[in-house]
Amino acid sequence: MKTCLVVDDSSVVRKVARGILEDLGFCVEEAADGAPALEMCARAMPDAILLDWSMPVTDGLAVLEQLRSSEAGRTPKVIFCTAKNDMEHIARAVSLGADEYIMKPFDSEILREKLEAVGLLDRVD
Amino acid sequence: MIRPADYDFFARFLKERSGLILTDDKHYLLESRLIPLLNRFAIPDFARLAEILKSNEAPIIAEAVVEAMTTNESLFFRDKVPFEDMARSLLPALCAARLKTHTLRIWCAAASTGQEPYSIAMMLAEKPELTGGRRVQIIGTDISSEVLERARAGRYNQFEVQRGLSVQQLLKYFVKSGDWWEVVPQLKAMIEYRKFNLLDPFGGLGTFDLIMCRNVLIYFDVPTKADILARMSRQLAPDGFLQLGGAETAIGICDAFRPLPDHRGTYVHTRAPATIVAARR
Repeated sequence: MKTCLVVDDSSVVRKVARGILEDLGFCVEEAADGAPALEMCARAMPDAILLDWSMPVTDGLAVLEQLRSSEAGRTPKVIFCTAKNDMEHIARAVSLGADEYIMKPFDSEILREKLEAVGLLDRVD
Repeated sequence: MIRPADYDFFARFLKERSGLILTDDKHYLLESRLIPLLNRFAIPDFARLAEILKSNEAPIIAEAVVEAMTTNESLFFRDKVPFEDMARSLLPALCAARLKTHTLRIWCAAASTGQEPYSIAMMLAEKPELTGGRRVQIIGTDISSEVLERARAGRYNQFEVQRGLSVQQLLKYFVKSGDWWEVVPQLKAMIEYRKFNLLDPFGGLGTFDLIMCRNVLIYFDVPTKADILARMSRQLAPDGFLQLGGAETAIGICDAFRPLPDHRGTYVHTRAPATIVAARR
């Protein structure tokens, strides 16, 4: 079973994402901030990370930078999932190693398509 | 509520104006699409709307009814496979048989809000080798001037640009404009949009190398489908390709076309050679 770590300080977003991801067959872990997310990754690297931008202590960009600086941290597919919807933010996340980007609010179709796009779900033709 | 006599009238009206077939089980569709229109024109109920259409007193309302009933969801790179087939075998086959000076002509016959023609334009911009330097003319037509206005503007909300597009495509081919994402001028310049009813003669459109007529034939009855397909076959180059939607077929409806093996939804002229595209590896 593929694993996805949902990193978001909003419990509502984590709950919604968990529901969608579990329906898609993922085993879901949650973290409410960047630091515990990095600790969880150090213990067991997930297949995917759904990563919020703004979090109170360690934000998504810092997580992405630290994650991608190690060999093992280059393997998970990182999908940024934030309300920062301008081009500069998106371009910055991509340049630091995000594989895809979801603008909040999102729906299950968008999340499914993005997981397909990064190769973690089979395509429905 | 729509009275049965009015429903029958709306069904006849839509068939005559757009070819759209409204079967007896489409009350919900008719109501959900036309209630916003009643509000917009301050029309009290469906009976009054039927009277207005019968009297021909307000052509703008008649047009709005047709538009409201014929506008459908559209996605970038919808169904993916037709675009992959186009890149993998259809465009290479067309180019192999044409001079470098030939302008490739592609017709999106139900362009709606523009996602299909922009998807083709994006694909060609990303892979210019697909056309080997040939000029490409993409014509997008639709019966609804309202959706064509949106297509020309090339403005989409964040839900629309997140379906079917990669983040890289979003960054490369769109600019943020307030709450909207707008297609870059480079792609807009590749497409010509025209208001066009598929029931009207196709003669003025010229000949095409590729016709995409996806997810629109499902709304017509069989004789209308047969008529449209037969007339389309006359606008398609002898070695051209027709792509239909996933739920549509020309088989048993129009003998001018036969399916292209290994290419779901793609049709060629019945008399086209068997080797029209290279065998798929």
